[in-house]
Amino acid sequence: MAALTDLTIAQLSAALARKDASALEVADAHLKKLDEHRALNAFITETPDKAREMAQASDARRAKGEAGLLEGVPLAIKDLFCTEGVQTTAASNILKGFVPQYESTVTANLWKSGAVMVGKTNLDEFAMGSSNMTSHFGGVENPWKRKGDNRKLVPGGSSGGSAAAVAAYMVPGSTGTDTGGSIRQPAAFCGIVGLKPTYGRCSRWGVVAFSSSLDQPGPFARTVEDTALLLHAMSGHDPKDSTSAPLPVPDFAAAARNPDIRGMKVGIPKEYRVDGTSEEIVALWSKGMDMLKAAGAEPVEVSLPHTKYALPAYYIVAPAECSSNLARYDGVRFGLRVPGKDLTELYENTRGAGFGKETRRRILIGTYVLSAGYYDAYYKKAQQIRALIARDFKQAFEKCDVLLTPTAPTAAFAAGDKMDDPVTMYLNDMFTIPASMAGLPGISVPAGMDKDGLPLGLQLIGRAFDEETLLRAAAALEKAAAFGGRPAGY
Amino acid sequence: MSLDKETVARIARLARLKVPEEELAPLAGELSGIFAWIEQLNEVDTNNVEPMSSVSDVTLPMRADKVTDGGIAAKVLANAPGGAVFIDPSDKNAGGFFTVPKVVE
Repeated sequence: MAALTDLTIAQLSAALARKDASALEVADAHLKKLDEHRALNAFITETPDKAREMAQASDARRAKGEAGLLEGVPLAIKDLFCTEGVQTTAASNILKGFVPQYESTVTANLWKSGAVMVGKTNLDEFAMGSSNMTSHFGGVENPWKRKGDNRKLVPGGSSGGSAAAVAAYMVPGSTGTDTGGSIRQPAAFCGIVGLKPTYGRCSRWGVVAFSSSLDQPGPFARTVEDTALLLHAMSGHDPKDSTSAPLPVPDFAAAARNPDIRGMKVGIPKEYRVDGTSEEIVALWSKGMDMLKAAGAEPVEVSLPHTKYALPAYYIVAPAECSSNLARYDGVRFGLRVPGKDLTELYENTRGAGFGKETRRRILIGTYVLSAGYYDAYYKKAQQIRALIARDFKQAFEKCDVLLTPTAPTAAFAAGDKMDDPVTMYLNDMFTIPASMAGLPGISVPAGMDKDGLPLGLQLIGRAFDEETLLRAAAALEKAAAFGGRPAGY
Repeated sequence: MSLDKETVARIARLARLKVPEEELAPLAGELSGIFAWIEQLNEVDTNNVEPMSSVSDVTLPMRADKVTDGGIAAKVLANAPGGAVFIDPSDKNAGGFFTVPKVVE
């Protein structure tokens, strides 16, 4: 039999159901991998005691015939989800030592399905970054390396730890959050599947807020079917999040098991052919279209004219919301406190010492664009552009069922690269941000390798709340691409 | 759009963020670069375009104006960085206070 840590979530569930292994044995096998690969720095907090305790409870439930959808499946949780009794840091010094007294809705849903938590994963501070280099706890290392080159590569961000943990076979699945690409881009960099659901599909309650009109939790796994299983457990209406959609949860896994895309119209947005994209990615993109065509889909060229404005508009909307959300970190009620001679100085000292460089930069941008006299010129303008971006997608989806694009303009880059100029780093998200601005679901599927042996991903974008069509197309792409890559040594 | 040191100091003050004097000039340079890049939005004609504040077109739901929780003062105060003061130390859920430096002379 294959090692327990090599199994997908679907295979693990079957093995557990057959009693080939207990949930405790499964948890222990994965905890051992956490031990072996600690050097990747994928986790901020490991929770082995909790994992064993949850696994034993899972075995007890199974013995009583009460197995849930993810019964006994070990998962890693991005350290942006509040977990009751377990330190939650958002990778920031300002939340050092913060122990939530409540559980986020998404993680509560996962535990209700029988899943087991092995730890909390590293991320860019407050999910702001595309490399995982802005974490207060240090960067995460991508398990992949270029052939014949020992330099450490970044796993992407912001959900870098969650992606690296799955790619390194430490867990079969994990949670992330995606504001402008924070699930899809690291999935592409790490050669795994990452799904950003439609805004409103998963509750944001209990997720540390960055940009409330964009943030959306979603899953990572090594197969499309596994991400569908995770999404099923994570989703659902939550009265505690007023933007959570009051819609039933479809059988996502059934959609993922049906890669029949005959007659499906796949849109190719011409504005996504931009300078600065690696030639290999452009070639993979057209190869991906050929694969979908061979599976019976029909390619359609579509136009999303405002694509190039999505990124600069995002860098108004997201920092504006960030500066408002992060106003709560004042050193009074939780987290770090740095004393001062009066209350104002306590606020300034605490926030100056607690926030890292990128977070400070975004708070300043946000404060500026929302300040008196600038609101209309920046924030209102960006919201108008956002409306135009959403309209572009709406018109494109009159002609097609899904869109196919690259996920990121390059493969994983070396730690320390692209750090000199913030805009260079921001450009990494140029293919993922437009769908975020429109609230649409997107998935990154590993579809090939570059000449250095690094994984490359393709992104599919779907209509709002039509993750089923998206998963069907993703399953077809996965089947045709037959990626099968595995980082050496993991 | 170019931001000077004084503007950065002013917005840092608005954001209650202590920025050391020597970081003001480099930050002004970085932020000016970002805003210069953002300027391209002015190419887009947005006359008569309704601003989009949320992607969900559902009307925000109303709920009954009823108390749905409470009696959890101990949890609310559990992470107080300056320590908490409880009204009745023998019943921490009866209520308590966060502590801050003296604000009234």
